[in-house]
Amino acid sequence: MTSAPDKASRFAPDGSISQPPTRGEVVADRAFRALAFTSGALVVLLLAYILWKIGLQAAPAMERYGLGFLTGAVWDPGRSEFGVLAEIWGTLYSSILALALAGFFGVSVAIFLTQDFLDARLSRVFRTVIEMLAAIPSVVYGLWGIYVVIPALRPVAAWLHDVFGWFPLFSTSLSGPGMAPAVIVLAIMVLPTVAAISQDAFSLIPYRIKEAAYGLGTTRWEAIMKVMLPTASSGIFASLVLGFGRALGETMALAMLIGNSNQISLSLFSPANTLASLLASQFPEAGGVEVQALMFAAVVLLLISLAVNICGTVIMAFSSKQKVS
Amino acid sequence: MAVARDIPLPHADEVPAIPDLRHSFSDRRSLRNTVLTVLLWAVSLLAAVPLISVLAMLVIRGGGRLGLELFTELPPAGFEPGGGFGNAVVGTLVMVAIASLFSVPFGILGGVFLGVVAPESRLADATRFIAKVLTGFPSILAGVFVYAWLVLAMGTYSAIAGGAALAVLMLPTVMLTAEQSVRMVPQRMKDAAHGMGCTDAQMVWKVVLPTALPGILTGIMLAVAGAAGNSAPLLFTALFSNYWIGSFTEPTASLAILIYNFSGMPFPNQIELAWAASLVLVLIVLVFNIASRLVGSSKV
Repeated sequence: MTSAPDKASRFAPDGSISQPPTRGEVVADRAFRALAFTSGALVVLLLAYILWKIGLQAAPAMERYGLGFLTGAVWDPGRSEFGVLAEIWGTLYSSILALALAGFFGVSVAIFLTQDFLDARLSRVFRTVIEMLAAIPSVVYGLWGIYVVIPALRPVAAWLHDVFGWFPLFSTSLSGPGMAPAVIVLAIMVLPTVAAISQDAFSLIPYRIKEAAYGLGTTRWEAIMKVMLPTASSGIFASLVLGFGRALGETMALAMLIGNSNQISLSLFSPANTLASLLASQFPEAGGVEVQALMFAAVVLLLISLAVNICGTVIMAFSSKQKVS
Repeated sequence: MAVARDIPLPHADEVPAIPDLRHSFSDRRSLRNTVLTVLLWAVSLLAAVPLISVLAMLVIRGGGRLGLELFTELPPAGFEPGGGFGNAVVGTLVMVAIASLFSVPFGILGGVFLGVVAPESRLADATRFIAKVLTGFPSILAGVFVYAWLVLAMGTYSAIAGGAALAVLMLPTVMLTAEQSVRMVPQRMKDAAHGMGCTDAQMVWKVVLPTALPGILTGIMLAVAGAAGNSAPLLFTALFSNYWIGSFTEPTASLAILIYNFSGMPFPNQIELAWAASLVLVLIVLVFNIASRLVGSSKV
């Protein structure tokens, strides 16, 4: 040993290449940890900041209109009269109808893909097709809805209105945009979410459970209906709740297809409006008081969708924990 | 062997009734089974019809206009023939790039925080939960938020505001996929790095990130594909512009908004352009989607 042993090499035996971290490395490590910590905290801060920013802009309207905003159904910037009851109704009605459709198709697709109806390669192709449904942008669905779905629906709607016009669902005829085309397109957009999460729920079921069912002499469908579906039910429920969350926030396709008309109707063929498409259609041209009212509407949408998404995330965490134990 | 032969065979009338194991299609249970199987095939194939219809329409109605002038010319006004949407293609790419610039570094760092630095901490639980909730965040609200935050402060619609709105939507996706792929790195590799005297930062930089790279890239590609097709947050952050992008602080065109604006116009030329723009947009989105699959499938 010729040089004086410095702090770093004191612990290392002669000829060893290992050494404790230098000061620079320790500083780099600290900085890195701090940065990682900040990035993690960023998401929490982001949500808080979003709530605060939108809430702040909405505060004047909240003070001015109060709860009456939620129970009024008039949106008239000219008279500064604003209420979103029709939009809340439209949002929930379209989402629930779309979810009923998407739930039926999504769960069917999940069964189709996980219960050995297809061989492995074909099922991978089909899964990709369903996932691609989620990749098509919302505006493209809107355009497709205007030029394919609405013309295709028109004769069907006219016939249903003629024959079953007494039934509230068909009480008006379809004159262009309306609830029915919006719901169909919305269902297509939600389907991949429902199908993907339900597939996970099905594939988490241990194979021996299916074997046990078959061993008792069930047919394939008895096994699916009486064993697999009940076992996967909490995961399927989570998929429906999360799909519902997606449906609530869908904007562009609905703004193009639902007709943006402020009315509350049970009819599938009358135009309606949703909170998200109200924002999309009114915001770009709004000014002054209307912007504040729109911010209030955004708060309403934010709270509804946060509540639904939180429920879905909790149910999903709960159901996957249940499977592991 | 001899013993077995010694056992007397039972007489025919003593044989217990053997259950009928033959499979009969007319049996109520197997009939139900067949009917349900046929129905399931029909329903599942029906679910694939929209994709085929959308793609077919894009090719039929948008494919005819596909050509170089779409990318070099500006959107036409009213009754003008021809034209293109070059500025919208550029604007979309610029805003997605701005969004990636913000969301990718913080997303990866956040994923490393969730997966390696402090996976069990209370902050990590909160972050993970909120990130999951934010993946279902209505995209229009990201636009409202950025309007309240940046557009009002800057006094103008801009590419930066549009990029920020997209970044809000990309961040949770990038972060959660980064966390997942970082967690896939075997613990013994991390232990080996620590055993050689690496600090956490060196372990992450030299072992964890290179190993997890394919998974992280998959997440980024998916987030980019989603952001490129997203239009709702751009409506009142980037707005639209009929001209080429000159600076990051002026209203900027995007493909998605162009489609939205043109779809409602009464001019056949604009509607044709909307279809062509949809085709281009879907191609961009699909390229990123397929790239994410290719990168992801080359995982170790």
